[in-house]
Formats: sequence, structure tokens, C-alpha cells
Amino acid sequence: MSTTNSTGAATGLNAEQLRSSLASIAAANGIRRWDLGAACSTDISVQVDRGEPKQMKGAQRSSITVRVWNDAGLVGVTSTSDLSEAGLERALTGAKEASAFGNADDIPAFSPLATAPLASLDQPIHAPKGILSLLDTLKGAEQELLARHDAIATVPYNGLAERSSERIYLNSDGACRQQQLSTASLYLYARAEEAGRKPRSAGAVRLAYGSADLDVAGCINEAAERTISHLNYAPIETGRYTCVFSPEAFLDLIGAFSGLFNARAVLDGVSLSNRDSIGETLAVPFLDIHDNGLHPGNIGASAFDGEGTPTKRLALLEGGVLRNFLHSEATARAFGVSPTGHAGMGAKVSVGPDWFEVSATPGSGGGQSGLDRFKAGEPIVWIDSLSALHAGVKASQGSFSLPFDGWLIQGGEPRSIEAATVAGDIRQVLKAIVGFEGEAKITPDGLCPMVWVEGLSITGEA
Amino acid sequence: MIATAPPTTGVLDSHWSPALEDLLACGRSAGADLVEVFLERTDHLGVLAEQDTITSVTPAFGMGAGIRVFLGHRDGFVSTNDLSPAGLRRALEQALGMLGLAPSSNGRSGFEGLPGLRDFGASKGDWLQRCPQIQEATARLLEGTDQLQRQGKHLQARRGSYARDWQEVLIAASDGTFGRDIRLHQSVGLNVLAADGEHRAGVGRRYGTSDQPDDLRRWDATASAAEVCGSAGTMLYADYVEAGQMPAVLANRFGGVIFHEACGHLLETTQVERGTTPFAERVGEVIAHEAVTAIDEGLTGGAFGSLSMDDEGMEAQRTVLIQNGVLQRFISDRAGELRTGHARTGSGRRQSHTFAAASRMRNTYIDAGPHTPEQLIASVDQGLYCKSMGGGSVGPTGQFNFAVEEGYLIENGQLTKPVKGATLIGEAKEVMPRISMCANDLELAAGFCGSVSGSIFVTVGQPHIKVDSITVGGR
Repeated sequence: MSTTNSTGAATGLNAEQLRSSLASIAAANGIRRWDLGAACSTDISVQVDRGEPKQMKGAQRSSITVRVWNDAGLVGVTSTSDLSEAGLERALTGAKEASAFGNADDIPAFSPLATAPLASLDQPIHAPKGILSLLDTLKGAEQELLARHDAIATVPYNGLAERSSERIYLNSDGACRQQQLSTASLYLYARAEEAGRKPRSAGAVRLAYGSADLDVAGCINEAAERTISHLNYAPIETGRYTCVFSPEAFLDLIGAFSGLFNARAVLDGVSLSNRDSIGETLAVPFLDIHDNGLHPGNIGASAFDGEGTPTKRLALLEGGVLRNFLHSEATARAFGVSPTGHAGMGAKVSVGPDWFEVSATPGSGGGQSGLDRFKAGEPIVWIDSLSALHAGVKASQGSFSLPFDGWLIQGGEPRSIEAATVAGDIRQVLKAIVGFEGEAKITPDGLCPMVWVEGLSITGEA
Repeated sequence: MIATAPPTTGVLDSHWSPALEDLLACGRSAGADLVEVFLERTDHLGVLAEQDTITSVTPAFGMGAGIRVFLGHRDGFVSTNDLSPAGLRRALEQALGMLGLAPSSNGRSGFEGLPGLRDFGASKGDWLQRCPQIQEATARLLEGTDQLQRQGKHLQARRGSYARDWQEVLIAASDGTFGRDIRLHQSVGLNVLAADGEHRAGVGRRYGTSDQPDDLRRWDATASAAEVCGSAGTMLYADYVEAGQMPAVLANRFGGVIFHEACGHLLETTQVERGTTPFAERVGEVIAHEAVTAIDEGLTGGAFGSLSMDDEGMEAQRTVLIQNGVLQRFISDRAGELRTGHARTGSGRRQSHTFAAASRMRNTYIDAGPHTPEQLIASVDQGLYCKSMGGGSVGPTGQFNFAVEEGYLIENGQLTKPVKGATLIGEAKEVMPRISMCANDLELAAGFCGSVSGSIFVTVGQPHIKVDSITVGGR
């Protein structure tokens, strides 16, 4: 965890004051065991429209979630955005009331690692530059992007934001976690249209610890290149193709099916895995997937999860074999292992991934070598981005049918695909990986190279 | 910790007038064209039942304010959880500063004061107390999961969920808007995962109403479970759909997601402002088949998207968007009217105080036509019948998509075998003229819509409709 300075501090959560208030309210209400997650943030953001400010926004947010264990050992939870004494009391008493309905078959406990040492993260705190500075930067970026091609007339989705935030985990056994962060984000999605042709759109995103560190030029270049590359589009014939997933697209797919690795989903019976799946071969023998929220490329990484457990690097697949599940305290206890730092907070604790690393298994050769989509002997579908994952993924069934943006590469020449979907089953995808192309790329969701998968079903309008 | 913040237990009523008038006057005297303050309190209850056990009960309380300042066509918006006088003043000054304005000492120049409160919530004061409390809600959910067990086969997981969202809002603006309302939304969802060897089917349904405190008591758990289990049983052994271009008949109720995604979003002034709708200059022109008349309104009693007033204090109304294929109007909010010239339609909506209002749909549906559903199906030689739809989305180029949860092949005018895994994609300009037949069985369904101003309660709807040709993605 980084050090902090006063200029970057969010809104001044005072952990000791919060602990003191909660302890006295809890004692007055006969509550002996409790824990709390608190978060506050200040945000500013701007959007522009053809050189004019479109909307400028600011926000101050605060929220807490408290859990209490009643005399029968059952757990109740309440959330509130009211951090006054009265608000805290209402939250604690609300949680106590809810605890009467706690699930006796699955009682969360404090994480045994809630006081374990945390990894040191290099997260420099930056003072916000202010909204007028953001506005100037974004206007310049929009202007430059509009100038890249005559067909780019608007950048309908754009935004530049700065955020200072702080989060706390406390429990009545003395655990006290606190982390401050400053982050900045930039997104530019351009829209291009030529006479008699359909509009096309693409974009790019950048994250950093402060707006001064954002790769604005890189974001403009990527948004422009992607948008322009889609102007010359054509339909694709429906059929089966070898597909090359961009790092972003492959990580989206893995994220949508992360229930494969989720112990909570396994216990609930909605995962494609089951309790005995550890050690099973799920993928080709040269695929490794780790979850690593601590990777330096993970902007805004959390040092601890919702239960105070330290974040760590965890092998999910090694050599295509399932090695570990993601755990909360409760699921770890059910499996007889240690919590992995992937919990949320609640009466029923959620479990989720942090940041994926997809790579070739060391020593495996990584599938076919020398893959180059521009030198392929057969037509290749290059899937740049997937959309509508919320609608097109059946996580508990393994199947997906998703619209995508991408290119058909024939004879080394890429041509944008007009409109199409890619469909398949994640279990088949993991076993149909041909190999990797290029160096792994850092994205907001993880680290991943280009991934080749054979025999996927593509539906086009042709 | 914000020690000075007031608790969430207060009431938002006319006692706030002096404080709001001070804020509005301060903003106007600083040079703002218009200042709007949105105050909110919320009380949420979520309950989850899995198999035959209550696994989560989650009460949540919230409060906050959103302050928006307009100057010319620009606006600045600031939200805060701090409702103290100092907290609200800080938020206002930040919003003014975004537009290069600062509070002056000119007193209340440019502001005449607020009129009497228009209180839409006066008759709704006991709604929260009349809703089922935790004990009753848990009992009803367990009844639902028990019905799933009784009626389903090969069920690997059964889940029931209940959400009650109570919201009190107070809206004041320097143009004389001063309104209060209480909103109540309740929804119940049932989900199952059926599994038999390699065959798996996950099916879910959600039922929701607004302004009906007794809704959960009236919910028919047996019928809902029958619907979910019937669909899961059918889809468990269904083959994957064969992809391609084909005619499709979309069932009523949630089938309305096609209009919501394919066209409704493109009729929001937000899209006009962005230049992302192909319909911007086409009021009075034919944009759809003459069979299509489409409505957006906030008046249908109990519907999920109904409102007494919108989140800018304007009373709800009925807006005909398309009449027999001809574009009539756009869905507009305050900023949309200012920037595009399309008059407000009572459609300024937001998820919470953390979002500025934007033009958003309410109850949006294609109106009934003259045919029977059987006539639509009989008119198709080879195609797809979409009995139940999943979610969908629309992108910045107007390309839309949505998932089919339960589908059947149509062969020689008859429904034949069930198929799964279908996604429908297309472009609004192309698909709207292809909706060539509407049946006489209009029904509405509750849903959620995520967009620029957050996730809001909406209704989609339609009768059975026939689309002459659409791209079906599958395997």
C-alpha cells in the first residue's frame, strides 16, 4: 500500500473515529461481533462535443456496509450512504434485524488473514489537476481525433475523469485495513460515416494514477486507427473460421465465464466446475491463467478484498489443468483451503476475479509457433471487441453468442466485417486454442497476447 | 466521516423550501440561467432464496442530492451524500465553478422564490409500511422456490429473489419547479438451472410493478414457477439454432425489447445531441412499416416505468413516437429540449441523485394490430419464433442485438422444435420497415434499462410481431 498525501486524500474517512463510533453504538445495542467496509470518493469528469463542453460532473460519495453476528451466531448486513452517528446506528440495528434471517448453513466468519501483512503496492497519489484542466485536455484530444480523417465527424462517447478514493475494512477483533488511491481515466469513441455507407465506430481507453500520466496521444492514435480501419467494411459469409481474439476480447470472454474458477458458484451449483474439478484438464496443455490483482499493470489495484484478506497471485489454470478456485473466507472453509483475497462483503459473500494473466505455460512452447494472422494460408477472423456480454453469455451453460467488431483477413489483407456474431462453448474454446501471437498486452482487465482459436461459428449478414 | 450530515430518517417536504430557495437564489445571482436541485432518500430491501433456504437479506438506506446548473447550452452537475447546508452549498459552488461562475453578493436577483409544493407523494406516505416486511417476503420467496421444486425436472439450482425499492424525491428548480413524489418498485425473480448429463438450460423470469404495495402478496408463485419450469424443460434438450437470415415472429410482452433497443434509444434526444441516431431529421417521415405504431408513456397503472412526475418535476404523459410508420416525436428531457429544440415529454429520468437526468424511456411499446398470433406464424415458411427474449443493447452506430432465451423453428407455418443459442442483430433503419405484421395481443413486461443516467425501471411491450427478415446468430 502506498503512502498518501493530503492533496490526494479523498474525503477523509477516519478509521479510528469510525471504529470508536461503531464500537459504542454496537455495545449500546448488545452487538458484540461486527465488521464494516467503508468507501468514499470524490470524482470530477468532463465530456465534450465538437469543441464545446458537453457535461461537467463532480461527485462526493460515501457508503458503508456493516455486518453483525447475533447471539445465535447468524449474520445480518446493511448498507447506507449516511455516515452520521444516526446513520451508523440505523445501519447497525438494521443489520441486527436482518441477522434473524441469517443462513445457519453458511455463516461467514472473519477472515483468518484479515490482519496478515499486505503486499506493498506502488500506487502514487496524484493531486487532481482540476476540471478546467481536464476540459482543455479533452477538447484537444477530441480536436486531434476529429482531424485524423474526414469521415470522423463526431466523438459521441468521450470522457476524462479524475478520482480520489479511500476504503476501509474494520472488524471487532481489531482488524483495520485502509487504502487511498488516485486514478484517472480517458475514453474516446469516434463515429465515422461516408456518403452512402453505414456509420462505423470504435474507440480506446487509458487508465493512470493521475491525469498527467494518461497516454492521451496513444488513446487518440488507437481510437483513430480502429475507427478508420472499419470504414472499408463488407459482409462475411456465415461459416466456421479460425479466429484470432485480441487481448481485450479474450479477457472479456474469460471474465464472462469466470464462474469456472469461482468457488461460490461451485457451491451454489451454477458453475461449469464442481467440487472435484481441481486437477481436471480444462484447456490445451499450453495454457496458463493466473489471477493477479497485484500486477503493476493493474491500475487501481486493491491491496485487500472485502473481508480484509490480502490480494495475491493465484494459479487458476496451469498447463491447461485447473489448479485453484477463487475463494472467500466461507468458501475456503468449505473447501479446507485458505481465503484467496477475492471476496466481496455481504450476508452471502460474493467471490470474483481481480485481474487475469493469460500466458503460455513455461516450457510448453505455447502451441503453434510463429503465428501471424497476416501470413495465414486460410481466411482468418480477427475479433477485436465483443459486445453485449450481459445478454449473449449463458455462464452456467457454457455457451455464448456475441456480436463483435473485427476484420476478415484474406491473403494478408484485413477488411472490416459489417455485422456478425461469434458463437461457441467456452469449454470447446479452451480446448481449441491453436496458440498465441505477439507479446502479451496490458489491458484494464488483465494481461494477454493475441489468442488463436480454431473452428468457431461466425454468423454474418451475407 | 461526515459528522454534520442529517440522518436518512428525515422527510423531504416543504420544510426544505427556505434552504432550497437559498441555493437556487445563490445560483441565479451568480449568473446561472437555471439551477435545479434533486434531493433523494431511498430504502431498499433485497432477499435471496436458494433451494429451500434464505441465503441473503440486504437492507440498504441512502440519501443524497444532485445539483445541476445551466448556462447557455452547457451544464455542470455535482452530487453529494452530504445534505447539510454547508454540504449543499459546497456542491452548488462546485457546479457553478465548472461553468466559470462564482456566488455573488447580489442576494436573490433573478429568482422569484418557489411556489407551493406540488406533492405527488401526499397519498403515498404509508406505502413503505404497507409493503411486506422481511418475514413475509422471505416466506413468499420460499414458496416460489418450493413451487420450482414441485414443478421442475432435473433442477440443479433453484433461486428466487425479491427487491423492494422505495424512493422519496424532492425537486426544485429556479424556473418554479417544486415537486415531491414517492416511488415504489417491487420485483420478484425466479431462476433455475436444469442439467441432465451434457444438457443444461438456465432460465429466468422477473415480474415487477410500481406503486403497488401489495404486489408481492398478489404474486402467483405457482403460475410463475410453471412458466419458468416449462421453459427450462423445453430448452434443456433443445438443439442450437442454425444461423442465418430469416423471418422471425417475436412473442408479446418482453419481445418488446426489440423496439426498445432497435428504435427506442434512437428516439431519445440524448442520441440527437450526440449525432448517433439516423432519425434526427426525420420527424414527419416514414421510418417504419405502416403496421407500426409506437408509444412511450408513464401513465399505465402499476407498470414498471410509470411515473407521477419525472426526475425533473414534470408530470408524466403519453407520447406517440411513431404513428403508422411515420415518426412523430422524440423522447425529451430538459437538456434535450435546450440543445435540440424537441419539447420535454416528462422523460427526464435518472437512477439516483448521482446522475443528471437524461431523456429516457418509460413504458415503451408497439401498439396492437389487427392480426392473431396464429396468422403471423402461419405466414412464415421457414423462420424463428422467439417466445422469450433475454437482454439486449444498441451501439453508437445503431447496431442492436438481443438474445433469444426460448425459441422454436417455424416450418411451413407451424411451430416445430425448440432451439437455443440465438442472438438477433440488425440496424434500426433496416429492421423497422421489416416489422410487417402486428397481432392483437399487446402485453407489457417489466425490465431495467442501463444508459447515460444509470439503470432505471422501464416497461417494454408489444403484441406478437413479424419481422420479415433478420440476422440470427447461432451455431
